[in-house]
Amino acid sequence: MSRPEMEISPDIQIKLYTLMVKTRATEDRIIALYRQGRIVGGAYTGRGVEGTTVGAALALEPQDYLFPIHRDLGAHLAKGQSVLNILLQYLGRGNSLTRGKDSGIHVTDPALNIVGNVSHLGHMIPVAVGAAIGKRMQGEKVVSLNFIGEGGSNIGDFHEGLNFAAVQKAPFVLIIENNQYAYSTPTHKGYVCKYLSDRAAGYGIPGHHVDGTDALQVYAVVREAVERARSGDGPSLIECLSFRMVGHSAHDDAFYVDKNRMKEYEKKDPIARLEKKLFETALLTSAQAAAIKKEIDEEIENATETAINSPMPEPHWAAEGVYAE
Amino acid sequence: MAETTYIQAITDAMREEMLRDPGVFILGEDIGVYGGAFKVTRGLIDEFGEERIMDTPISESAIIGVAVGAALVGMRPIAEIQFADFITVAFSQIVTNAATMHYRYGTPVPLVVRAPSGGGIHGGAFHSKNPEAWFVHQPGLKVVAPATARDAKGLLKAAVRDNNPVIYFENKYLYRRVKEDLDANEEVVVPLGKAATVRGGGDVSIITYGSMVHAAQQAAEIVCEQDQIETEIVDLRSLQPLDVEAILATVQKTSRVVITHEANLTGGIGGEVAALISEHAFESLDAPIKRVAALDTPTPYAPAMEEYFMPNAEKIVNAIRQVVRF
Repeated sequence: MSRPEMEISPDIQIKLYTLMVKTRATEDRIIALYRQGRIVGGAYTGRGVEGTTVGAALALEPQDYLFPIHRDLGAHLAKGQSVLNILLQYLGRGNSLTRGKDSGIHVTDPALNIVGNVSHLGHMIPVAVGAAIGKRMQGEKVVSLNFIGEGGSNIGDFHEGLNFAAVQKAPFVLIIENNQYAYSTPTHKGYVCKYLSDRAAGYGIPGHHVDGTDALQVYAVVREAVERARSGDGPSLIECLSFRMVGHSAHDDAFYVDKNRMKEYEKKDPIARLEKKLFETALLTSAQAAAIKKEIDEEIENATETAINSPMPEPHWAAEGVYAE
Repeated sequence: MAETTYIQAITDAMREEMLRDPGVFILGEDIGVYGGAFKVTRGLIDEFGEERIMDTPISESAIIGVAVGAALVGMRPIAEIQFADFITVAFSQIVTNAATMHYRYGTPVPLVVRAPSGGGIHGGAFHSKNPEAWFVHQPGLKVVAPATARDAKGLLKAAVRDNNPVIYFENKYLYRRVKEDLDANEEVVVPLGKAATVRGGGDVSIITYGSMVHAAQQAAEIVCEQDQIETEIVDLRSLQPLDVEAILATVQKTSRVVITHEANLTGGIGGEVAALISEHAFESLDAPIKRVAALDTPTPYAPAMEEYFMPNAEKIVNAIRQVVRF
């Protein structure tokens, strides 16, 4: 592929940058709230994978469906989710999107066509395929995009879901967010093929392997796959290679991670990388970057205050809502 | 009026619901041109086409997962699991995804999983299972098990219209053995969660569902003739939600209870029904509750062993005599 980022509009490039900065700053706040004991459940962050999560999800249109997983805050924000809704959810507040019933970023928002994940990895793949097929049956040109990690790509639903999508030529895109660690398990203990995207050939669909730390490249390749799906040509599998710069979740210090590899990837930090490029192409000045950061910090500050001061759910809500009317 | 078999009632219910609501579609293995392993969907592909009668790969987890996704965006899928035994492959999609979505974020998942269940057909350990108790234990699911053609039709139509995931266990032994006159012009919808008293009597109650409703009727005839015992039979029809009111009413009337189901004993629905009676109607009981169920083993293949394994009218007769003579 010949420098696809050259085709990306300045507006999108700034959006990618802004959303990545916002993602990291929000996650920093989530970790702080976790350390303060305000977040009582797990906190899974995506430092180092923002290029993949933001780059892929920004390639969707509002009518499209997004199925992110636990490390994909960037995807939620890129699809339009507010920092406030994310923090309300993490803090288990009664006015969160799940009314305190679910944790982390298991956030579903029907208004934004975002369907939150369950913790069972790979389970959302067939569900996302079903949403794609369902919308097609309703005569709408809607694409469904789902993330899975390289670790989760080894579960049965990966095969069943992707094969089903291929047979149905479903308008579906699956992103393998390869951050090289499945909890503590390195890739060589998870699979032995060179590229996970090569598995696409086994389903008769296109597979792409991209540098997941390069948001522009991710955006360009995913955008193409989304448009291909929308036009009725079927699903794609896109592997985005990045590196998880933190532990599996906030409790994990990642002692098992190869420190040299960590250093190597620090140089490929997706945010610093795009910032450098935007400075070079004069799409962004350091003053503008500072202004973006300031605005984000203010939003997070306000959202934090609002979220902390929001009401806890009533205990008896636990017994409600098991069944729909 | 036309004589309608249990299996035809299921086909008719799906056809009527598909004609009524364009959001209803069926997906499953071999359901298209072949018409399904048991021919439940025979002819439907000609009428509705291959998008709404969707043949799938052998991928039970994806069948349910896809159905869940379609339901989330407003469709009303009916997923056919070829044999209820194979529902284990899709277990997590059902209990993890389908069952919890409404609780977690308020989005309905209107989905029906049809699963041909039950033994007596020499299918061995993997074509005979009655796995309803696993699903009754998971909040968020509804579970039904019709015994008659009318209920097969009416419960399926109600299940399709319900906004929750409903697991519909159709007993394949009954497919062509059970039939009754149904008026094609009558809209048959049987509400979920309502039991039916299928035989009235004052001496003893049999609480049951599915294929054992028929065994219970045979048993009731035998004890009526030979022992002058009048048996009341309550067909639960829905296992989740259970019709607690109907269960307690029959116990209060007869004071003696036999619970029978084709599934194996331990951890079965019978235990739950017995516990409800113990909690809410203990003072009405004149005898200990007796359960008649399959052995706690996998389903054996050879006919003599399968017969030994399964509950039947004779075993129910023995249980009735024990509780009446207590």
